[in-house]
Amino acid sequence: MSRASRSLPLLLLVAAALLTACGEPPWNNPYPEDQAGENILYGAFTERPKHLDPARSYSSNEYSFIAQVYEPPLQYHFLKRPYELVPLTARALPEVTFFDADGNALPSDAAPDEIAVSEYLVAIEPGIRYQPHPAFARDADGAYRYHDLDASTIARINTLDDLPETGTRELTAADYVYQIKRLATPWLHSPIAGLMGEHIRGFAELGDRIAAQAPAPVDGERPFFDLRQVPFAGAEVVDRYRYRIRLEGPYPQFVYWLAMPFFAPMPWEAEALYNQPGMKQNNLTLDWYPVGTGPFMLSENNPNLRMVLARNPNFHGERYPSAGMPGDREAGLLDDAGEPMPFVDQAIYSLEQESIPYWNKFLQGYYDSSGISSDAFDQAIKFDAAGEAGLTADMREQGIELVIAVQTSIWYMGFNMLDPLLGGDSERARLLRQAISIAVDFGEFISIFANGRGVQGQGPLPPGIFGHREGEAGINPYVFDWEDGRAVRKPIAEARALLAKAGYRDGRDPETGRPLTIYYEAMDAGPDGKARLNWMRKQFAKLGIELVVRATDYNRFQEKMRKGTGQVFMWGWNADYPDPENFFFLLYGPNRKVDGGENAANYQNEEFDALFERMKNMDDGSERQQVIDRMNAILRHDAPWSFGFYPKSFSLHHQWLENVKPNLMANNTLKYRRLEPAIREQLRAQWNPPVLWPIGALIAILVVGAIPAVLVARRRERGRAL
Amino acid sequence: MTAYILRRLLYAIPILIGVNLITFTLFFVVNSPDDMARMQLGDKRVTQEAIDTWKAEHGYDRPLLYNADAPRLQRLTDTIFFEKSLKLFAFDFGRSDSGRDIGYDIRQRMWPSLAIALPTLLVGLAIAISYALMIVFFRATYIDFGSVVLLVAMMSISGLFYIIGGQFLIGKLFHLVPISGYDTGLEALKFLILPVVVGVAAGIGSSTRLYRTFFLEEINRDYVRTARAKGLRERVVLFRHVLRNALIPILTGVVAVLPLLFMGALIIESFFGVPGLGSYTIDAINRQDFSIVRAMVFLGSVLYILGLILTDISYTLVDPRVRLS
Repeated sequence: MSRASRSLPLLLLVAAALLTACGEPPWNNPYPEDQAGENILYGAFTERPKHLDPARSYSSNEYSFIAQVYEPPLQYHFLKRPYELVPLTARALPEVTFFDADGNALPSDAAPDEIAVSEYLVAIEPGIRYQPHPAFARDADGAYRYHDLDASTIARINTLDDLPETGTRELTAADYVYQIKRLATPWLHSPIAGLMGEHIRGFAELGDRIAAQAPAPVDGERPFFDLRQVPFAGAEVVDRYRYRIRLEGPYPQFVYWLAMPFFAPMPWEAEALYNQPGMKQNNLTLDWYPVGTGPFMLSENNPNLRMVLARNPNFHGERYPSAGMPGDREAGLLDDAGEPMPFVDQAIYSLEQESIPYWNKFLQGYYDSSGISSDAFDQAIKFDAAGEAGLTADMREQGIELVIAVQTSIWYMGFNMLDPLLGGDSERARLLRQAISIAVDFGEFISIFANGRGVQGQGPLPPGIFGHREGEAGINPYVFDWEDGRAVRKPIAEARALLAKAGYRDGRDPETGRPLTIYYEAMDAGPDGKARLNWMRKQFAKLGIELVVRATDYNRFQEKMRKGTGQVFMWGWNADYPDPENFFFLLYGPNRKVDGGENAANYQNEEFDALFERMKNMDDGSERQQVIDRMNAILRHDAPWSFGFYPKSFSLHHQWLENVKPNLMANNTLKYRRLEPAIREQLRAQWNPPVLWPIGALIAILVVGAIPAVLVARRRERGRAL
Repeated sequence: MTAYILRRLLYAIPILIGVNLITFTLFFVVNSPDDMARMQLGDKRVTQEAIDTWKAEHGYDRPLLYNADAPRLQRLTDTIFFEKSLKLFAFDFGRSDSGRDIGYDIRQRMWPSLAIALPTLLVGLAIAISYALMIVFFRATYIDFGSVVLLVAMMSISGLFYIIGGQFLIGKLFHLVPISGYDTGLEALKFLILPVVVGVAAGIGSSTRLYRTFFLEEINRDYVRTARAKGLRERVVLFRHVLRNALIPILTGVVAVLPLLFMGALIIESFFGVPGLGSYTIDAINRQDFSIVRAMVFLGSVLYILGLILTDISYTLVDPRVRLS
């Protein structure tokens, strides 16, 4: 019997062994087997969060974790549009009282200039308890178990699991006041400290007082400083369940901030635990281990690998909303009306830095939802003849569902109004800006670079924000015409005519006779940005203008904006809250970037500024709409921005994930999600059977390839001359 | 030999200072301390006051390299460079700009890096040596020619292609292992298979070609001819004589890279979601965290120097004719 024929049974044995694996759970399941069939939501995060302290965190990827843990007094209604604030831990929306400079109460419709102080009284629900946490653990004598640990004990603590005893206590109004004081604490670097310093009475002075009274850091660690002992007129406890916030003058948008984690409660016990010497050395900080009252608690915090949110056993209970928008019931979004939340037991988020593995694992059923990267867009989405986006047949076959929402954001092209060529309020510069606004076709930009995921901008307010108008009334008449029921960009000939009227016939500078040169500040200096920059050059070339791209990194770009040395640039803004003030302030004169504000175009217009002052203190209604219409008209005429586009978000989720409705303001949406784990389990097994023939084929190739090689080798050895 | 090693260690000090200085200069050419503060504090609504406070707290409020306002020696010592660099030589990496203990993170993250790098090295070495020996055995045949063509082709393909191709074929099409991810303990095994296979496949072209050259150099030596003249089989000649002698450059080359295994693989870790030191470095660069970048470059330099010293020592061990002096 030859060696080759002796190998055959072995080969068959291996093949048989491999085939017996069929019918087993998927081999490519990245999760432990004991999680099979569990009510666990699986997601991913692409960037490790920097801050989990609600005083410091200010980014959406961080909010996706901490908004499930921390509970500010208010939240956005999950289903209703336009976005509506509803109580979360509060009993009702805050009572607002106005006072004049002498401390006399004013009626609710008092004129803004009469209001010296606005007082917000917030009453919270009693009986809300914190998650189990070592900070609340007490010994038999009632003393805090872990608040006075010695250095050697702390040195042995690496995670919170090393502090096995936990406790809880009731949420009180004092915890909210404590957190507001934390916002003013200088070493916490709260990003909204500057803004709140302009509004909350005595906020800036509070920061100075805290800095003066607090003990100095020891070996880089700040010892615990009990902020309860620092009096603060801006935020005071009224009683166990009520607290009061005093603002300088009127600031109606403040109520939106009360729905953000910045204003979530913080128990002093947490700081007392984490600020013991040596804790920070072991990475045990409030910035890493949150303590809240929300439906979930962070049970595993390993941002290098995964973050796990587990159901908070002490959660006070909340029921799924019973009312929504027309169509919500038909879409199944009210099937769980009145049911207690949260619905999932755990949410496991794995780190996926690259989009390809994220996408493939979603298709295999190992993530419950996913965005759509540019690479995968054609695989997932197709547009019909009417330009409506839908799923491809493959996606539909898998039961994947698509959710589209226009974001409350804008990408705009800004003109630096301080620039001698493009800026200022001269007719020449205005016509030049208007001509460029027509020439730069953001409809084309959306098609080419955003896979159609965007809506051309007509003004600074995106859809979903009060003041935005749809239809003919909402178009920018300097850039678009209304034809056949839709906005159509004006022909390039009109842009050229405007340019000629501005004195730049065929885009040429009359003084030199050479093409007008405009400098474009770009922050996408990498290879991906090259196509976009080339496209931008072509848009200006339509007018005969030579566009010189000054590509740089984001740091230098920001520096140019701060100094006001740029000429034309593209930038974006994502709403903090659904109020037109949050967009118009980007063009408010006193808020110019060169003066330290956010108005990157450095635009200033007296009438606009006066209207802004008026509009920001008005309630939504027809009067406010009129003011906004006028503000939009001024901006469209002056054209400090070319109102690029409002991005659309496309997200996909599997059929076993329920209660998915995009809510661009709410961050605490995990509690609404419901799963069908049995369906998921079945489909995962169906979609991921191990394909074993390649292993058998590889072994066969190696064996078959080895046989002639061995024969040749033997022959060579025998035949080799010695 | 002790004197030699001590001398090499002393030479390392100016090298490390130089590396540190270059890293420092390159980093701060691109990022100013203000940029770093903005990165940590966020883009929105950050005031200059908050930036100044952050810089003061993190020691970035001093001049970068030279403090003209300070008296005498403090002109050099009261600078960001001095303050941030000196402790590195005591392997005190300090805290990252976001406040984490870098030493702790390195200790945690070097194990996943090693878990991939070590099997990749060993399996890759075994396959490359075996394959190179086979090619040499069949030298001047179609197997030799075909293999060289294959190896050159494999060398010419980007590492990224192996990663994406591996994920597509083995993870997505054949459903044999998870596409990406990591876990602790034995659960980690299923996540290691794919990156190790990809790492081995990506490195096999260059290493096999190199080893083939080593073997071919040896095969024409006098001692091989003598062995053949004694009537030894070709297989015995190759495995007992050629392999043993050719292993000297192979092993010394391996010793040089051993310390660097701790540093992890930048792209592989990122694509496979492995929380090792490679992805730690990439993250730090993206987040403009100078403290981590500086620590990782320093650590890489130290390990590289250590690798070179170990190589010298290993020469003396495998070849008694070599003496360090």
